[in-house]
Amino acid sequence: MLPKLPFFKTKEPKNQSKVFIPSRREFLKISSLVTGGFVMGINFQCAGPKGEVITFAPNVYINISSDNVITLIAHRSEMGTGIRTTLPMIVADEMGAEWSKVKIAQAEGDEEKYGDQNTDGSYSIRMFYEPMRLAGGTARQMLQAAAAAKWGVDVSECSTENSQVLHSSGKKIKFGDLVADMGKMEIPKPESITLKEFSSYKLIGKDVMIYDAKDMSTGKAIYGADVDLPNMQIAVIRRSPVVGAKVISFNDEKAMAIPGVNRVVKIEGAGNPPGLDKPLEGVAVIADNTWAAMKGRDALEIEWDLGENQTYSSSKQLEEMLKSTTGDGKLRRERGDFKAAQRNAGKRIERTYLAPFYAHATIEPPAAIAHYQGDGICEIWAPTQHPQWARQAVADALNIDLYNVTVNVTLLGGGFGRKSKPDFVVEAALLSKAAKSPVRVQWTREDDLHHDFLHAQSAQRIKATLDKNGNLSGWNHHTVFPAIGATASATELHPSDGELGLGCIDFPFDVPNIRIESHESKAHTRIGWLRSVSNIHHSFATNCMLDELAEAKGEDPVDFLSGLLGEDKNLNFEGEIKGQFGNYGESIEKFPLNTGRLKRVIEIVAKEANWKNAVAEGKAMGFAAHKSFLTYVACIVRVEKGADGKLLIPEVFYAVDCGIGVNTDRIRSQFEGGAQFATSLAMTSAITLENGKVQQNNFDGYEIIRMPQSPKKIHVHIVESMEKPTGVGEPPVPPYIAALCNAMYKLTGERIYQLPFKA
Amino acid sequence: MAKFNLNINGKSKEVEVDAATPLLWVLRDHLNLTGTKYGCGIAACGACTVHLDGVAVRSCQMPVSNIENQKITTIEGLSENGDHPVQKAWLEHDVPQCGYCQSGQIMTAVAFLKENPNPSDPEIENAMNGNICRCGTYLRIKAAVKTAANS
Ligand code: FES
Ligand code: FES
Repeated sequence: MLPKLPFFKTKEPKNQSKVFIPSRREFLKISSLVTGGFVMGINFQCAGPKGEVITFAPNVYINISSDNVITLIAHRSEMGTGIRTTLPMIVADEMGAEWSKVKIAQAEGDEEKYGDQNTDGSYSIRMFYEPMRLAGGTARQMLQAAAAAKWGVDVSECSTENSQVLHSSGKKIKFGDLVADMGKMEIPKPESITLKEFSSYKLIGKDVMIYDAKDMSTGKAIYGADVDLPNMQIAVIRRSPVVGAKVISFNDEKAMAIPGVNRVVKIEGAGNPPGLDKPLEGVAVIADNTWAAMKGRDALEIEWDLGENQTYSSSKQLEEMLKSTTGDGKLRRERGDFKAAQRNAGKRIERTYLAPFYAHATIEPPAAIAHYQGDGICEIWAPTQHPQWARQAVADALNIDLYNVTVNVTLLGGGFGRKSKPDFVVEAALLSKAAKSPVRVQWTREDDLHHDFLHAQSAQRIKATLDKNGNLSGWNHHTVFPAIGATASATELHPSDGELGLGCIDFPFDVPNIRIESHESKAHTRIGWLRSVSNIHHSFATNCMLDELAEAKGEDPVDFLSGLLGEDKNLNFEGEIKGQFGNYGESIEKFPLNTGRLKRVIEIVAKEANWKNAVAEGKAMGFAAHKSFLTYVACIVRVEKGADGKLLIPEVFYAVDCGIGVNTDRIRSQFEGGAQFATSLAMTSAITLENGKVQQNNFDGYEIIRMPQSPKKIHVHIVESMEKPTGVGEPPVPPYIAALCNAMYKLTGERIYQLPFKA
Repeated sequence: MAKFNLNINGKSKEVEVDAATPLLWVLRDHLNLTGTKYGCGIAACGACTVHLDGVAVRSCQMPVSNIENQKITTIEGLSENGDHPVQKAWLEHDVPQCGYCQSGQIMTAVAFLKENPNPSDPEIENAMNGNICRCGTYLRIKAAVKTAANS
């Protein structure tokens, strides 16, 4: 099964939402926190292309207990973005609930109940801002009506605050005291709900602390490996060292001799292609505790048939990929006639850009717990970004009914796209069935780096032409990287339309002749998606090249880019893109690419960073701008050489237009973290494979930026806007890398054409 | 298998484990103290940091048999109600993102501040160098350490 990648989604919802009162049993099942009281659910449905009903947003469950505790259900996974806080916060604000007393319960994976739960693609806020407000507004309107009836006053004289309904006379009643009346109320139709004025929000548009901050600071927060079940055993797996390798035979004598080791079980892998939701072939050691399982795993003797990838070398492939970009590729976008522009050019510039494989290296390595209870029933606890996919994959692997699989979602110690894939959850389910007890599968850091779904390495060649007046007249971008789809289907040799829609074919600049081509490459390892996906390498190449072109033209890069964006307008690339333009799953009419919004963030960041002012000797600034996931970002990075000769990044400036800023503190924290994350991608991290095997084992070989090297100050300017809100998890990464590379050039006089660079 | 008597968070606990078992797994698997996290197993990330007699150590590299009478403190034992000045500072700056690294960050910071109650920025950076935050909360960690130092 291929995942519904966010950038492939094309749903035009026709609203058929309704409010309902779910059975108490149903609600209690989701939430052990609820002590009784009134439960309402709001069901957001729409008609699909064939008129079928699709639940496009969650049933928002709201529980009001008679002791005035409000419980809200978080249906998206928390991996560090704050979404588990921010979506319920929207409901609470619209409702007038007292935020400090609101409880949040985490939903299990259930598409029918919650709609899309795939926490990926920076689209939670974009998709659910409206439904959450509508849910809160519905609850508020019902509460006001209940109070008005009780008091015998007009409902228009009632408002809500701090989990109370207030009357204009000063009378107050707690929500909890209206619980008994709520069940008798008529449920308002969605179109009769009036939402609050934006200016009257107390939480939306403000800095709101995350719900889990205290638990996270006291060791009480529960992640994937923290759930303890009676009689649980621990499994550690030796997986195929080369993707597609098969076990010929194994000897478990030494492993079984280790005290605490109970059983050794073979897991069958899919072979080649490995699949996006299948475990790798491997041998699992199941023991009473983690240490015994690890030692048992080390003692296994396995004979492998390494298969077709055993001669694979990533560095050789990268060379071949680069070579392939010299010829004509598959045409993906065309405007004007680039070849004519080349013939008539005053100046031609051609550059190549290389970027490596990257691992996610979430600080929490994958771990999952399964309890197969016999009779085709399986319960899961896992740090998963996509509980519904995990549920489906477990049902498929065990050949049991989907409805008999329960997926409980723990907190995630980082996700970045890795924990969308359910392979590690399926491992736990298979092993629990084999062991006839609950099993936790524990990945070590070595397992995590050796067996990730990597961000693909890439080669790009950009040819540009300046006309006789020095203006940019032609842009020819060649890109090649193993496609995500190749992990599931070996015939996928070109990046998909979706992957090219991430910072390549959506090139927004006013250049008369554009030609964008892709080239073939094969996947020899598992390819996945990493925070901002192919925007990482596309923005690196595009924005570094533009910086060089500005220089060739003799223009300031900020002015050059703003100029290239031309008049403020909405772009739709009509007639130019060969294939589909994904636009991150949204229609281009609803979320057009607006050049004015991009220009505005460029202007702001330049001002905030004092871009036009000269910098002192030994210091430099670099700039880049990039729209991704429908969010507009411009970035300026300052660099200097430290006393020890090492690079210092004293200051980073971001300007971001993400429409309405819903939880401003979490927007800033995503940008702060995004800059640190991107620093690792630019400077310290790379995965290489030789003989089909990943060569980095742990954080000593795959390095993550640490506090001394990390940027010292990060300023985030959030543009005030009433546009529809868009996500911020991924957009900080792409422009930062190019801005840093461009700053390095100013500092050292040398351009960066390959990541990671050392400094 | 051997028996070990450990003083953890002010309580004495007996465990029967393989002598080479790292303290990290004793805490997590045998004592259900899961606030201490696994991140690398090679003393490269700091997620597993605990205190031995007030000194920060990486519990993933500390065989349980190496521990004698030292007092072990984990994140769960740092304060009764989560109100250690460092924990309070963490909340003041809303430091965590995914939160997974934060037990280790806090344990390192607490031990460091005891030794150096008035640190400079570079001193904080060096002290925290062994703790990776993949989410990139470094700036807020630094700010929180400073706030705690001033309190
Ligand atoms: S788990 Fe001990 S330092 Fe990483
Ligand atoms: S908060 Fe996620 S790794 Fe530090």
